[in-house]
Amino acid sequence: MPSNKSVSDAPIAQFTNCRLLRGRRLQREDLWVREGKILNPEKLFFDEKGSADVQLDCKGCILAPGFIDVQINGGFGVDFSLATDDFRSGIDLVSQKILSHGVTSFCPTLVTSPPSVYHQLLPQINVRNGGAHGAGILGAHLEGPFISKEKKGAHPEHCIRTFEENGFQDLLATYGSLDRIQIVTLAPEIKRSSEVIQELTKRGICVSLGHSVANLSQAEEAVQHGATFITHLFNAMLPFHHRDPGIVGLLTSDKIPAGRRVFYGMISDGIHTNPAALRIAHRAHPKGMVLVTDAIAGMGLAPGRHTLGQQVVEIDGLNTYIAGTKTLSGSVATMDTCVRHFLEATGCSVETALEAASLHPAQLLGIEDRKGTLDYDSDADFLMLDDSLHVQATYIAGEEVWRRDALGM
Amino acid sequence: MKLIIQETYAQASEWAAKYIRNRIVHFAPGPGRFFTLGLPTGSTPLGCYRKLVEYYKNGDLSFKYVKTFNMDEYVGLPRDHPESYHSFMWNNFFKHIDISAENVHILDGNAADLQAECDAFEDKIKAAGGIELFVGGIGPDGHIAFNEPGSSLVSRTRVKTLAMDTILANARFFDGDLSKVPTMALTVGVGTVMDAREVMILITGAHKAFALYKAIEEGVNHMWTVSAFQQHPQTVFVCDEDATLELKVKTVKYFKGLMLVHNKLVEPLYSMKETEAERSQPKKPYSD
Repeated sequence: MPSNKSVSDAPIAQFTNCRLLRGRRLQREDLWVREGKILNPEKLFFDEKGSADVQLDCKGCILAPGFIDVQINGGFGVDFSLATDDFRSGIDLVSQKILSHGVTSFCPTLVTSPPSVYHQLLPQINVRNGGAHGAGILGAHLEGPFISKEKKGAHPEHCIRTFEENGFQDLLATYGSLDRIQIVTLAPEIKRSSEVIQELTKRGICVSLGHSVANLSQAEEAVQHGATFITHLFNAMLPFHHRDPGIVGLLTSDKIPAGRRVFYGMISDGIHTNPAALRIAHRAHPKGMVLVTDAIAGMGLAPGRHTLGQQVVEIDGLNTYIAGTKTLSGSVATMDTCVRHFLEATGCSVETALEAASLHPAQLLGIEDRKGTLDYDSDADFLMLDDSLHVQATYIAGEEVWRRDALGM
Repeated sequence: MKLIIQETYAQASEWAAKYIRNRIVHFAPGPGRFFTLGLPTGSTPLGCYRKLVEYYKNGDLSFKYVKTFNMDEYVGLPRDHPESYHSFMWNNFFKHIDISAENVHILDGNAADLQAECDAFEDKIKAAGGIELFVGGIGPDGHIAFNEPGSSLVSRTRVKTLAMDTILANARFFDGDLSKVPTMALTVGVGTVMDAREVMILITGAHKAFALYKAIEEGVNHMWTVSAFQQHPQTVFVCDEDATLELKVKTVKYFKGLMLVHNKLVEPLYSMKETEAERSQPKKPYSD
């Protein structure tokens, strides 16, 4: 059929025979893509009198927005907190490999490290679009070093710092530059945190609370100053107590400023959080759930010893501990595993599980106008999944960047 | 008039779709030889559209050489509003079939000069060689398209203010809020539809029964504009049992008795999948 496209000559692809996630539910609709963006076919039909150049049969697959991982420390032997000469190629390797897990955008995460590491590595993290080369990089997630010594988890104590002296200037001096930073995790009980949170929020950086012994009012104050995220809920924070719920209490706090939502990261690998706790959080505040992997260098590798920043960790199945201890340190679960586990543990709908890994992280970072949904004019980053939410193919900007072959690789 | 009475809404919709299919296939449209189809909106034709989409998906029917002309469109409603007739036609029909956008004609309710838009629509119909088959519905007040009671029976495409009956009937598509329902529409005239070579009216549901009675058992009257088709040489009314509730038993029995004959219009059911050899045999639809 000849197309008379008045707006653009670029080829139009129509993905048919699929169920796509749009408007909070799975609909039997076709997905139209042009120039890397999702196209409105009704507008194309009536305004441009256009039609598809190529039709692709999705064979009944689910089409979901690509997953966005806002906390991933490395994988496949690469550690984002380790300053090596081939750091850049390490990032490239991970960004390429996670395509098979359904991740189309991510925030490389650096754990608590000495300032030299930030100064050396941050400039090498390029915020860039994804493609055949790998998932898109949204910016770095700096988890530390302004955290609580009592809740350091696997972070090295000697690198933990405070900004009590010079407030925001201390933070700036530690990181070097704020250019490529998307998220900062800090402990709000540190003096002058309000000022720091405000300065970061002013610059469009998402502030997350974690590795902290803050009580609920300290956490609420942090939110009032701009914090919008909680790093791996339940882990590395005070446990929920009925007279002081601590950071966990933010999920149902009534002191959240109007129009704002607090999101919380959840490592739903079945280990970091008991399924019952996962369900409590989900039921208390379903719209805030953000699935993260918190994956470490050992993800994708065989069991054994690997590094995580300045530490050595040991992998045994899905469990990762600081070598010689029982302290959990990151995970080796993949994003699609987390989505499936979340679905199974909470009994939620497929739509809800998919949104926790796509829409919610996009909303957290304020980019839902172009990522995290299959709405018209959004970036065409999407996945083909089977009914049990195994990734069959990954697309970025409308191009296929990964496909499961017959061997299930 | 042929009055086709089917037991249920689903059966009536299917009969109508089969009839349209046979007409298009028998016409044998091709490059330079388009089948012009007039189309309605509303809940009544939904079942018929679903069947037509099914026939396309099975490969039995193609709309590649079909030109369509819709009956009406609201004035002032944005084209991408979910309740606009453009949206209705896209979601319920066009997006599922192989029709070309340049062969689709729907009045533009946001045109700068509404009457000029209506005149241009009439010209487009003329340029396409007139309409082969105009499919329509009937309002509870007996109107065809938006030709409300009192419309001239020789009217042409024009702007109409909607009657209260129609606004009330449409409120359910606008969250039940009367203030949100458009009050004006562009519509083909009664005369425009009368010009078509054949007219098919779909009428289903008990709430349409009185309108059907007025349209076919009483006289031609501008208060019940569908009655104008009593003076058209080729009209088919397709209805379900519920729509016949206000008709005389005699009328219903007579036309039910004729179903044996009328069913020859849809049996055998032709398909565009047939081979060249079969196609060379002329298929003349039964006509009385």
